[in-house]
Amino acid sequence: MAEVLVLVDHVDGDVRKSTAELLTAAARLGEPSAVFVGAGAQEAAEFLGRYGAAKVYAVESAEVTDHLVAPVAEVLASLVEKTSPAAVLLPASNDGREIGARLALKTSSGLITDAVDVTPADGGVQTVQSVFAGSYTVTSVVTQGSPVITLKPNSVPVAEAQGAATVEALEAQVSDAAKSARITERKEKAASGRPSLTEAAIVVSGGRGTAGDFSPVEAFADSLGAAVGASRAAVDAGWYPHSAQVGQTGVSVSPQLYVAAGISGAIQHRAGMQTSKTIVAVNKDAEAPIFELVDYGVVGDLFAVLPQATQEIQARKG
Amino acid sequence: MNIVVLVKYVPDAQGDRSFEADNTTDREGVDGLLSELDEYAVEEALTLVESGDGEVTVLTMGPDDAAAAVKKGLQMGAHKGVHVCDDALAGSDAVATSLVLAEAIRKLGQVDLVLTGLASTDGSMSVVPAMLAERLGLPQVTFASELSVDGSTLTARRDDESASLTVEASLPAVVSVTDQINEPRYPSFKGIMAAKKKPVETWSLADLGVDVAQVGLDASWSPVTAVEARPPRSQGEVVTDEGEGGKALAEFLASRKFV
Ligand SMILES: Cc1cc2nc3c(=O)[nH]c(=O)nc-3n(C[C@H](O)[C@H](O)[C@H](O)COP(=O)(O)OP(=O)(O)OC[C@H]3O[C@@H](n4cnc5c(N)ncnc54)[C@H](O)[C@@H]3O)c2cc1C
Ligand SMILES: Cc1cc2nc3c(=O)[nH]c(=O)nc-3n(C[C@H](O)[C@H](O)[C@H](O)COP(=O)(O)OP(=O)(O)OC[C@H]3O[C@@H](n4cnc5c(N)ncnc54)[C@H](O)[C@@H]3O)c2cc1C
Repeated sequence: MAEVLVLVDHVDGDVRKSTAELLTAAARLGEPSAVFVGAGAQEAAEFLGRYGAAKVYAVESAEVTDHLVAPVAEVLASLVEKTSPAAVLLPASNDGREIGARLALKTSSGLITDAVDVTPADGGVQTVQSVFAGSYTVTSVVTQGSPVITLKPNSVPVAEAQGAATVEALEAQVSDAAKSARITERKEKAASGRPSLTEAAIVVSGGRGTAGDFSPVEAFADSLGAAVGASRAAVDAGWYPHSAQVGQTGVSVSPQLYVAAGISGAIQHRAGMQTSKTIVAVNKDAEAPIFELVDYGVVGDLFAVLPQATQEIQARKG
Repeated sequence: MNIVVLVKYVPDAQGDRSFEADNTTDREGVDGLLSELDEYAVEEALTLVESGDGEVTVLTMGPDDAAAAVKKGLQMGAHKGVHVCDDALAGSDAVATSLVLAEAIRKLGQVDLVLTGLASTDGSMSVVPAMLAERLGLPQVTFASELSVDGSTLTARRDDESASLTVEASLPAVVSVTDQINEPRYPSFKGIMAAKKKPVETWSLADLGVDVAQVGLDASWSPVTAVEARPPRSQGEVVTDEGEGGKALAEFLASRKFV
């Protein structure tokens, strides 16, 4: 069975849940092999094996990690040459898309970004994408090369496998060209203690309607174990960091539940949350466009509705 | 400094976007505009040139109507425009698009900086800048939310979910900018009048020496096989808070097993 390469998404060795989804999807196409760049491959191997990786290719070299995108694409290209995989799956993050872009050129392969489904197809791989702010679903078939596909988080249910992964260390040969953009400083962001926005099952976002006071949004989110997001208006006003922005120019999320509080529902915001399974809004304007997409809406003041809901949820949880 | 800014002409997101019978995006029957995210790249180019010297060229690839994207760039203050237009280009995938844009940049000659938006607002793949860097053999500095150039050294800030990075490269380079980087200007009346006299060249594939067999729908490595309009979400229950709205919300969430 042909290998399927999966680029592992991790923060300092902590593998993200979305990688389990990539491995699960890869198993449909062939035998998953994980590609781990950075320190901690040995520790991650147990997790990767549990989700189906038979092999873990480990690359630990500052040559690769001190530069943007290009060296990882070179590492993957050399593996593609060596293994002729049935496909290469990457996370649909900024880095993942750009690594995929370079890899597609290097290996003369078709590229699909932000797939929400992948299945084997005659002579290639079939993908499904949700496009134009979620208003269309398109199916494509990549037949050229080793299809390079970035997969959106939360789109494939994970399945555990029996496997145990063996770790194979790889020597990285990085060209000078790939080292032409250097990372000279890295400031880690403070952890919020909440689940990460792209992976959370529940996301609660606040908008201009919070008038800068996110405390009811945060308390409500915490009662549900949710991640906190924000509209661009809230971010532009400096009330919440840009990394929390949901929408076209922020992150796109598709949780089980999305709650928009004090957010009007502009097309650019919808683009980032429209594929959420259940959508709830709290807004004091009954005419706000967000209500067009809700499964449940409350027309009311978020400063009254959210604290009452929080209290009720805590009471129910006992 | 000679800067090329890539500007894409896209269907208006506020309008009804749709597809043609061959599953390509309908780019004729809809209102289009300069992809809003490319305005940040135009603004950044103008600011860089205003604080030194040099020229800003706006470059687009697209059908006849895409000339409007070039025009908007010129109205904002760019000095000249190039429009790559050829019937054979319809339905090009990202690989083919980057090939054509790379050849157009090569033909422009001495370029110090290629600036782009962070993503188009239609395909929104965020891959063209990385592909251009790969094809042109230039440093890639993407998702820049701050940018400065000192002599031939470029420094940018790039934020990701877990960290804020400082990235350095030497010119020439390919840089994509985010919407955090600046506040794009509106074209002034003077700018609109001046734009009418600015030179715009229209290039065909033959002008670029690109073989038609390498572009367009037939050459696509990831052709779309089916398109389906998603049924619009039907509105669920909306209640008005008369003192019990929070409880009602909690009740709904419990009924769906979120509590
Ligand atoms: C190129 C481009 C990209 C963009 N990308 C994004 C993006 O990624 N994400 C994004 O979010 N936006 C994006 N935008 C901006 C978008 O168009 C909207 O401006 C933005 O989403 C509005 O944010 P908002 O809903 O918080 O504010 P508003 O539209 O001002 O809405 C505030 C809402 O709060 C309600 N409200 C006020 N007070 C209360 C209260 N006490 N209780 C309850 N409700 C209250 C109001 O009724 C109103 O509906 C982008 C725009 C452009 C041009
Ligand atoms: C809904 C949809 C889905 C698509 N999915 C795929 C896919 O999965 N795989 C695939 O190979 N192709 C796909 N395409 C085709 C792809 O969008 C085009 O080939 C395209 O022009 C390049 O990608 P992008 O628009 O996503 O650009 P991005 O990579 O998002 O654009 C980044 C920047 O590059 C510049 N730029 C991009 N295109 C042009 C242009 N024509 N002229 C000038 N500057 C430009 C702009 O500065 C822009 O801000 C899709 C198109 C659509 C409409």
